[in-house]
Amino acid sequence: MGTRRIIAAVPALFLTACDRGILNPVGPVGSAEKMILINSTAIMLAIIIPTIIATIAIAWWFRAGNRRAVYRPNWEYSGAIELVVWAIPVMTIMLLGGIAWIGSHDLDPAKPLPSRKPTVHVDVISLDWKWLFVYPDQRIATVNQLVVPAGAPVSFRLTSGTVWNVFFVPQMGTMIYTMPRMATRLNLEADKPGVYEGISAHFSGDGFPGMRFAVHAVPPAEFAAWAASAHSGPALDAQSFEQLQRPSSYVKPFTYGSADPKLFDYVIAGRPLPPVSPKTTPPAQHVSPQPPAGKNDVR
Amino acid sequence: MFGRLTWDSVPWNQPIPLITSIVVLVVIAAVLAWITYNKWWRYLWSEWITSTDHKRIGVMYIVLALVMLVRGFADALMMRAQQTVAVGASQGYLPPEHYDQIFSAHGTIMIFFMAMPFIIGLINFVVPLQLGVRDVAFPTMNNVSFWLTASGALLVNLSLFIGEFARTGWLAFPPLSEKQFSPGVGVDYYLVALQISGVGTVLTGMNFVTTILKIRAPGMSYMRMPVFTWTALAASLLILAAFPVLTATYAELMLDRYLGFHFFTNDGGGNSMLYMNLIWVWGHPEVYILALPAFGIYSEIASTFSGKPLFGYRSMVFATLGICIVSFCVWLHHFFTMGAGADVNAVFGIASMIIAVPTGVKIFNWMFTMYGGRVRFTTPMYYLVGFMITFVLGGLTGVLLAMPPVDFVVHNSLFLVAHFHNVIIGAVVFGVMAGYTYWFPKAFGFTLDERLGKIIFWCWFIGFYLAWFPEYALGFMGATRRLQHIADPSWQPYLDVAMVGALVIFAGIVLTIWQLVYSIRTRDRRLDLTGDPWDGRTLEWLTLSPPPHFNFAVLPDVHGEEPYWTRKQTALREEQLIEEPDYEPIEMPVNTPTGIIVAFFASICGFAIIWYIWWLAILGLIGAFAVFVWYAWRDEHEHIIPADEVRRIEQERRRVRTELLGQWKPVA
Repeated sequence: MGTRRIIAAVPALFLTACDRGILNPVGPVGSAEKMILINSTAIMLAIIIPTIIATIAIAWWFRAGNRRAVYRPNWEYSGAIELVVWAIPVMTIMLLGGIAWIGSHDLDPAKPLPSRKPTVHVDVISLDWKWLFVYPDQRIATVNQLVVPAGAPVSFRLTSGTVWNVFFVPQMGTMIYTMPRMATRLNLEADKPGVYEGISAHFSGDGFPGMRFAVHAVPPAEFAAWAASAHSGPALDAQSFEQLQRPSSYVKPFTYGSADPKLFDYVIAGRPLPPVSPKTTPPAQHVSPQPPAGKNDVR
Repeated sequence: MFGRLTWDSVPWNQPIPLITSIVVLVVIAAVLAWITYNKWWRYLWSEWITSTDHKRIGVMYIVLALVMLVRGFADALMMRAQQTVAVGASQGYLPPEHYDQIFSAHGTIMIFFMAMPFIIGLINFVVPLQLGVRDVAFPTMNNVSFWLTASGALLVNLSLFIGEFARTGWLAFPPLSEKQFSPGVGVDYYLVALQISGVGTVLTGMNFVTTILKIRAPGMSYMRMPVFTWTALAASLLILAAFPVLTATYAELMLDRYLGFHFFTNDGGGNSMLYMNLIWVWGHPEVYILALPAFGIYSEIASTFSGKPLFGYRSMVFATLGICIVSFCVWLHHFFTMGAGADVNAVFGIASMIIAVPTGVKIFNWMFTMYGGRVRFTTPMYYLVGFMITFVLGGLTGVLLAMPPVDFVVHNSLFLVAHFHNVIIGAVVFGVMAGYTYWFPKAFGFTLDERLGKIIFWCWFIGFYLAWFPEYALGFMGATRRLQHIADPSWQPYLDVAMVGALVIFAGIVLTIWQLVYSIRTRDRRLDLTGDPWDGRTLEWLTLSPPPHFNFAVLPDVHGEEPYWTRKQTALREEQLIEEPDYEPIEMPVNTPTGIIVAFFASICGFAIIWYIWWLAILGLIGAFAVFVWYAWRDEHEHIIPADEVRRIEQERRRVRTELLGQWKPVA
């Protein structure tokens, strides 16, 4: 491939690759953050581009060989210039600081999103190396796939059953840590139906790169139908939870037909789940430890 | 008997570390054989290894930094190569357990054993000269500091041959670094090595705070100290305040791992968030321990090569101290996404942005230093301009990261990784490379090859942009850090460009080694016989290159902010040097093997602790303690340089300076 073709391909690739990133948000949180990102960058570029140009221009004009430049070997202080060089960054930072203050409050991850639609509650538990999503209201749970109704706010409680991770769906916005024995809160919304990628954004061990999940934002009616049909799956009980906690990576998405809505509280408290009731049959091997394309389990 | 250490601790079945180990061992054996063959041992022992001369110790620090730069960069190339090939269906050539060690080692080595020794080496070499004095406050302790740093570096590199290194990232966050999740020796290597080198760093901090506050040439008041010395003082104060926190944090993690404590564990009431706070209370000031002296280097270079005093000296001093203080109030910006409330996030976000104010002032002041100057485009000046362009971009991304709502989407991403490489390479590495080129002739009496120096600059400059701007873009695409496998094939072109950038920097590093070899071989062409090759302005250029052991035959009298420049201009105008003084014998500290023997026992003890060989650990401790007792009881502290010897050296200096009187013209 010729150099010219590579150069021509770069902008195209930037566009295609960006359609899954933070510059292509699908919800109110991500959109607001993108706006702050762009505004702040623009404000700073207004200072930085002239600074870069002036640096190069001054260095070049006052080069030793330039006879037209006036050499002032003792010029080392100017009150007026000092005032300006302190004032420019101070005023810039006052402006940006204001944006930071307002933005931090508006986009506080724990703050519920205003909406007329009912909020969906999801408990997120990071495990070695997969994501468990418990729907306490629907009494179901999923692994590595998060199904949410499009256009409705989703309220997350997050913790970890193992080491630290970060729950992050780039297109939806704000990420947040999942930490053992601690709960964090996060509120997100996907405006339009689609499939969005989610990752762990904090290194958590050998299986970390395989800790990916898919977010399916579906029309609300479809969400209800999905939740109802999900009940046919196997139960998430003490035994299957114990199995799920064993380290594995690149785990295929999976749905549990029933889950204890208090599972999150047990994990936070560091207590085991109540024992299996004799009626529930332990499910067969439901978690695929096999990564795609014949890769070996990283353990 | 040997704790956890068995024959299987050596990675026999892993070709990459095994072959690397063999190659490194062969190289070390070859170097040792070469030294033996040339009968250099006695010279090395008496002139370098046991030296208490701050200049020699400074050079040894920089040699260590350059060797570790090669090691750390080898890790960088392996990571770039893995991310370039492990895309989509491919898992690449490095399994996770190996890749995870590499990125942990890269960060640890580059910060603790490349950047820190480089900065500390330059401070060691330059500060006493700039202060117009003969040595640091505690010369033996200085030697001990160096060897303890070297001991830490040895242990980190030993993990390549015996056992493994941490697989946790360079800050070893718990609970991942707790025994439950990292039972191997990797985290122990990390902790023990950094505890030992941390002691060395704290001793250095004490030494330079004391030196700068207490030992200055007559008339050198605080507001007459060169800006590099000011930044060295600020960095040393930061070391004194921050490194004990690091030592305590690591000590707590060691108690967890070794004695079953529960500081940061998931159970027993531990809280891993505490570690995150403590480590960044050290970690953010650490950034400025590296960056402030680099700013000092740029200040010296801007002034020297523009042929003008530094613009706004007082502003520069206040900006330095402002950064020094505010850097302790911003650590929380490393974890805005940990669930703190909006007020906390906003306060720390704004505090972090405030650091951009004094930093921005510095940029403008360097600009106005060049303004009205006669700028000579030597290699250090290339680095200055390259830095100013690169660093403002790093500042921009830094302020973005300090903005909590923006950090919410780029935290831990390749955008963040690109940002800190932007400031570490763009400010610190450019700075130490500039300082290395600038002060090299002072240390060795000849300059480095300028043509190669400029090529090396372009390699770093272009290589940096190629390697890191694609990563900024990848950060926007949702790429997080520390990925052993890249799932999205559309990222491939960016990773390829980054790989090319890494190779360009690699070429720069190879050329740096070649420049050194070439410059030594052709040194006769670039000898610095004057002691002042750059038409300098600060006191280090007053003495010969290389300076005599005692630096100055008579401590210079300081009048004004630029004592050497004023003195030089007066001499040139009046066409005579100042009156010849009376020479007196000079007392200088004697050499001491304390440092290397203590470091030897510290290494033994550290290795034993890592491998649970308790009897050996106790022996090592006893050995190290015995050395201190032996040192405390020594009789001879100083040796005397007779007045005749001082006169002979000083008259040689006066002879070369007198020759210049007719050739150099005073500046109006």
